[in-house]
Amino acid sequence: MSLVKISGLRKQYGAHQVLKGIDLTVGEGEVTAVIGRSGSGKSTLLRTINGLESFGAGSLEVDGVHVAVGQTDLRQLRLKVGMVFQQFNLYPHMTAGKNVMLAPTVVKKIGKREAEEIARDMLARVGLADKFDAYPEQLSGGQQQRVAIARALAMSPKILLCDEITSALDPELVNEVLGVVRKLAEDGMTLIMVTHEMRFAREVGDQLLFMHEGRIHERGSPSHLFAAPGTPELANFIGSVG
Amino acid sequence: MTDFSTWDIVRNLLMAARWTVLLSVFALVCGGVVGVAVLLMRSSRRRSLRTVAICYIEVFQGTPLLMQLFLLFFGLSLTGVEVSPWTAAGAALTLFTSAYLAEIWRGCVDAIPRGQWEASSSLGLSYVEQMRYVILPQALRIAIAPTVGFSVQVVKATAVTSIIGFVELSKAGAMISNATFAPFTVYGLVGLMYFCMCYPLSLYAKKLERTMNVSR
Repeated sequence: MSLVKISGLRKQYGAHQVLKGIDLTVGEGEVTAVIGRSGSGKSTLLRTINGLESFGAGSLEVDGVHVAVGQTDLRQLRLKVGMVFQQFNLYPHMTAGKNVMLAPTVVKKIGKREAEEIARDMLARVGLADKFDAYPEQLSGGQQQRVAIARALAMSPKILLCDEITSALDPELVNEVLGVVRKLAEDGMTLIMVTHEMRFAREVGDQLLFMHEGRIHERGSPSHLFAAPGTPELANFIGSVG
Repeated sequence: MTDFSTWDIVRNLLMAARWTVLLSVFALVCGGVVGVAVLLMRSSRRRSLRTVAICYIEVFQGTPLLMQLFLLFFGLSLTGVEVSPWTAAGAALTLFTSAYLAEIWRGCVDAIPRGQWEASSSLGLSYVEQMRYVILPQALRIAIAPTVGFSVQVVKATAVTSIIGFVELSKAGAMISNATFAPFTVYGLVGLMYFCMCYPLSLYAKKLERTMNVSR
């Protein structure tokens, strides 16, 4: 059953078209990796899926929640979709535990005690059970990003969007974050991730999208596309990133 | 003609200085409350609210406090509404203070990285919830130092209310100086008293600026 249905999605800033008609379906439990050069529209596509960016034409549906062009009430969509950002974006004035607890208590009106239980569970899931009371500034980048993942998971989203979540990390911290994502994928979480980690995309991805100039230029199974790119653009891209 | 001792002068000035303090505190508290409302409108997503807030801020920042005071005090009494000097002074200073505080605080809200808005949006928080739990608590830390700094301006601005006959420190100074024919002594003392109110605030603002920058 497909969880995400996108068709004919377009977006432009003034005269500049960022998304030129995107069609995409993502099935439940599927891991979709999105690659492409910067400016190809991959981040914009991701941000559109949870309503951080509006779109000009087309349709977007996530787990039965339909979003119309120009719609501003996006709470229902956002309850379905979690997002993890490149810059972590943890709330610096709250402990890791409070970061995770905020949305469940405020948005879902879950009681404090229950929310704390959820937060402890989620932090344990990302391997940070002992960091409940630590402030973001006391954590390494990798730990902060794992808290951010726990924070998104605490809202039990149907799908998790990862926007270049290892790009701001020191190389030695990348693997601890990828390890968490890999475990999520194994647990059956539906994921769409924009990534520069080609090897990871190949290992974990069920579906690979190569974006080029606002379109999905190529799509298919990662092993197939990496081995035999169908267009010179993808071959070029794979060559340039090694 | 009675003789005034220096102590008489100081004592009377100190009595009047209480009103300066009271008026300053009143203006800061009420201006702060109104300022938050204007700030929320100013950074709201609705354009009409933003326009109203911008006009409000521009009008009260772009005209002299003295004119605002005259309009409130004399203007309203022309329309038949009797306004006491205390009411006019309190109202004018509240308007003046709120316009500046709203703008100072907006700068602090704008200083919060966009990622904080995006992260809380993506978790489903509404605008008011984002402000309350994520943005304002962080903006507050940045805002304390400039707000305390601005309170110095408010203390000095209260002097303007002497024009409409409100007896605070400056007005008392003028009255005492007329009676004693010792303007240099009197205004020297008046100035000293303003300085004693403002300088500690300035020092405090400087200290806050240092400590707030290093802490979370």
